[in-house]
Amino acid sequence: MKIHQLSLFLENKPSQLTEPCRLLADAGIDIRTLTLADTERFGILRLIVSDWEKGAHLLREAGYVVNVTEVVAVEVPDRPGGLAELLGGFENTGINIEYMYAFTFGHGDTAVLIFRFDNPDAAIERLKSVGINVLGSTEVYRRIEK
Amino acid sequence: MTIIPDEDSLDLHPASVPDYMQVPHMRALQLERLRSTVRRAYLHVELYRQRMDQRNVRPEDIRTLDDVIRLPFTVKADLRDSYPFGLFASPLQEVVRLHASSGTTGKPIVVAYTQHDLAVWTDAMVRTLAACGLGCGDIIQNAYGYGLFTGGLGAHYGAEALGATVVPISGGNTDRQIMVMKDFKVTAICCTPTYFLHLLDRAGEMGISIRELPLRVGVFGAEPWSDSMRSRIEAAGGIKAYDIYGLSEITGPGVGSECRCQAGLHIFEDHFYPEIIDPDSGQPVAEGEEGELVITTLSKHAMPMLRYRTRDISAFVPAPCPCGRTLRRIKRITRRSDDMFIIRGVNVFPSQVESALLAVEGTLPHYQIILRREGGLDQMEVHVEVTPAVFSDKVGALENLHNKLAQSLYQTLGLRVEVRLVAPQALKRSEGKAQRVIDQRNLDK
Repeated sequence: MKIHQLSLFLENKPSQLTEPCRLLADAGIDIRTLTLADTERFGILRLIVSDWEKGAHLLREAGYVVNVTEVVAVEVPDRPGGLAELLGGFENTGINIEYMYAFTFGHGDTAVLIFRFDNPDAAIERLKSVGINVLGSTEVYRRIEK
Repeated sequence: MTIIPDEDSLDLHPASVPDYMQVPHMRALQLERLRSTVRRAYLHVELYRQRMDQRNVRPEDIRTLDDVIRLPFTVKADLRDSYPFGLFASPLQEVVRLHASSGTTGKPIVVAYTQHDLAVWTDAMVRTLAACGLGCGDIIQNAYGYGLFTGGLGAHYGAEALGATVVPISGGNTDRQIMVMKDFKVTAICCTPTYFLHLLDRAGEMGISIRELPLRVGVFGAEPWSDSMRSRIEAAGGIKAYDIYGLSEITGPGVGSECRCQAGLHIFEDHFYPEIIDPDSGQPVAEGEEGELVITTLSKHAMPMLRYRTRDISAFVPAPCPCGRTLRRIKRITRRSDDMFIIRGVNVFPSQVESALLAVEGTLPHYQIILRREGGLDQMEVHVEVTPAVFSDKVGALENLHNKLAQSLYQTLGLRVEVRLVAPQALKRSEGKAQRVIDQRNLDK
C-alpha cells in the first residue's frame, strides 16, 4: 500500500535539477510525479519513479545522497470539499502530515495525492476505516497508463 | 610503573629492538650520529656551511646533544630555493631515489635517498607498522598514493620488510578498494584518515559493512586528525586506528608512530632528533609545553636536515610509555603553526572547526573553510557535505541540522560563521592531503 519515494539533496544553484532527471531518462525510468522543496540554501527533490530500486541505485552511483521514504497515495474525489473531507478523517488521531503533493494527472472524477505521514501505517488504517481508497504502486502506475 | 608488554612481545620484530634501548645508550648513539650528520652537512652542503659560519659554529663545537640549539634552523623555503638538488650531501651517482612533494605554491621540493637512506626509511616504517600491532600474516592494503609522494613507497617497503602481505593498490578508485578489502580479507589499511572516512561512506552505499570485514587496523597519517575523529573511525570501521607521523623533508612516513597505548607518538629517535620550540622566539620550550616540532635527521646521507621546522604544533609527553618503548613521545599533531588564520581578530584553527562539526551528531567531517573579504570585512563560510546518515526528505530536519552546526561553531569559535550544506563529493576528495582552508581574501581585495 505504501509507495517508495526517492529524495535527493540538491544545492540551490542553476541546473542542479537537470542531471538527475537526465540520468533517470537515460535508464528508461519514468518520473511519475515530483515535487521540489526549496529553501534559500538548498533543495530537496522528491520523486516517485517507475522503478525506485533501480533509480535509487543509479542516483547513488552518480554520487547523490538519496533517501528512500515510504509515502501513501490516496484517491480523492475531484470536487469541492474532497480534500477537506479526507483531512477531516485525521482530526484527533495525532497523525501528522509532514507534507503532501499531487499527481499531475486526474482520473475520471478523482485526483491522486501523495502524503508523507509521520506514521504511514496508522494513517493507512485510518484512511481505510473511513472508506478512502489508498493506492498501491501497481495501481498508481496502471492509472497513469490509462 | 607497570610495563604492559605488547601482546606479541615474545614475537618482537628484530627491527623494533632499538625502540626499547636504555635511554643513556640512546643518547650516546644520538650524539655520535648528530656529530657525524653535522660534519657531513657542513662539508657537502653550501647552505649549511654558510649558515654555520655566520653563527660561528664549527662541527666540532657540537659536543653534547644540548649543543644542537647552536645549529641554524632549516625551513621549507630553503628546500624550494635550492630546487632541485641544492641540499644534497651525496653525489648524484649515490642517489638511488628521488621524491618530490606537491608544492602549494610554485616549485615542488625534492628529496633524495641513497641505498643507506632507503634502508633507514624502511627500518623506521617496519618499526612503525610493528608498533601498530602488525606483522607477518597481516594483509596490508596500501592506499597511500604511489609515485612522487613519499607515502606510497614508504609504507610499501616497510610492510614488505615486516613480512606482511602487501596489496599495493595506491590511492583512488574507491569501489575497487572496497572490493579488494573484502575479497582479499585485508587486515590493515594505510591511508589518510579522511580517505578512510570516504571509504566508510562509500562502503555503506554499496551495502558493505567494513565493521564486519577482517580489517582490524588502520595506519593513518599525512594530515592532522582529532581524537573524536578517531573514535568515530574506530566505531564505524570496527578497527584500531593509529596515528603515524612523517614528512618528506625528513624521510616520509616513519618519523614517529603511536603504539597500542594510543597515547602519543613515539619518535624513532635513533634516526630523528626531535625538539619542541617556541615558534616565535625559536627558543626551546619547557619540558612538556606545547610548541613547534623541529627535527634533525641523524642517519640520513643524501639529504641531512639540520633543525628542520616542521610547522607542526606538538609537545613532549613526559612519562615513559606503558608499552615499554623508551622512545620519547610527542602529542598528536592537531594543528600547524601556519594553518591558523585570523578572522575578525579571532584566531581560528581548522581543528577547532572540526571538533565543532563532530560535536553535532552524525556529521562526518568532510568540510572546507572559505575565507572571503566583503566590503572590507572578513567572512568565514564552512561548507559541510551532506551524508546519507544525516540526509532527510524533510526540509525541517535539514534546517535543524544546519542550525545545530552553526550553533556548535559559534560555541567553539565565539564567532558567527555562515554554514552551507553542500552535496556529497562537492568538496574535492583527498587522496593525499585535504585542503581545508581556501583563503580568498587577498584575491577579493
